[in-house]
Amino acid sequence: MVLLTLMAAVVIGIVRVRNLFSVVVLGGIYSFLMATVMLVLDAVDVAMTEAAVGAGVSTVLMLSVLYLTKTEEHVPQHTPIVPLFVAIVTGAVLVYGTIDKPAFGIADTPMHNHVGARYLEQSIPETGVPNVVTSVLASYRGFDTLGETTVIFTAGIGVLLLMKRRSRKVDRSSDEEQG
Amino acid sequence: MFTAAILAVLVALTLAVVRALRGPTVFDRLVGLNAVGNGAILLLALFGFLTGRPEFLDIGIIYALLNIIGTIAVLKFFRRGDLGYAGEEEEAGS
Repeated sequence: MVLLTLMAAVVIGIVRVRNLFSVVVLGGIYSFLMATVMLVLDAVDVAMTEAAVGAGVSTVLMLSVLYLTKTEEHVPQHTPIVPLFVAIVTGAVLVYGTIDKPAFGIADTPMHNHVGARYLEQSIPETGVPNVVTSVLASYRGFDTLGETTVIFTAGIGVLLLMKRRSRKVDRSSDEEQG
Repeated sequence: MFTAAILAVLVALTLAVVRALRGPTVFDRLVGLNAVGNGAILLLALFGFLTGRPEFLDIGIIYALLNIIGTIAVLKFFRRGDLGYAGEEEEAGS
């Protein structure tokens, strides 16, 4: 609860601060707090991903973007009533959707009754993969994983292209300094 | 005892976040980021021992490494104004 309060405070700070450099730093703080919350909720792998991607990689990528742009945000001319309304309505709908979810930690939910037991029993004779998670990801949901990999590959190509353009500009400036 | 330690770390985390939010300069916020990262590591370790799973310590080490990467990236950006700068001592591949 304390962590969630701190996260809310950090978000308000992110919205209020106009220096984008500070926003990147506050985003890193937010990611660390989020990772801690996920850890307390017993999702250690998700917490580790959040810390790696949110606090590590995205900080670096945001700084790369800051190099390409200015580091001060313009003060908006109009008060953003409509985006605030849309955000509040979306949040309310999401909270409404969580009302009829089963409580945390109940054993007889569909997640535990549907196909999980079959995966645990049949994955080795059906797929021959000793790790159950790997067998589910690579065999039972093979096409899903293929689609995900395609999306990530495309994103990686995009990032590489952007970085390529930037580094060429750096090379040219260093050549000008030498000549 | 672990519970008391967790509460103490939470208080420290709150103070670090306050510093990061109120900090007049970027460096105050950067120190806040580092302190929050350290607090997260301590909280991770303490929570692992509290729930009887001391293998959380490995994840704490990963958090520490990520914290270093983030801080170095921010400081390098501040020094050079550029992340792609390949210094004399490092030979960056890409």
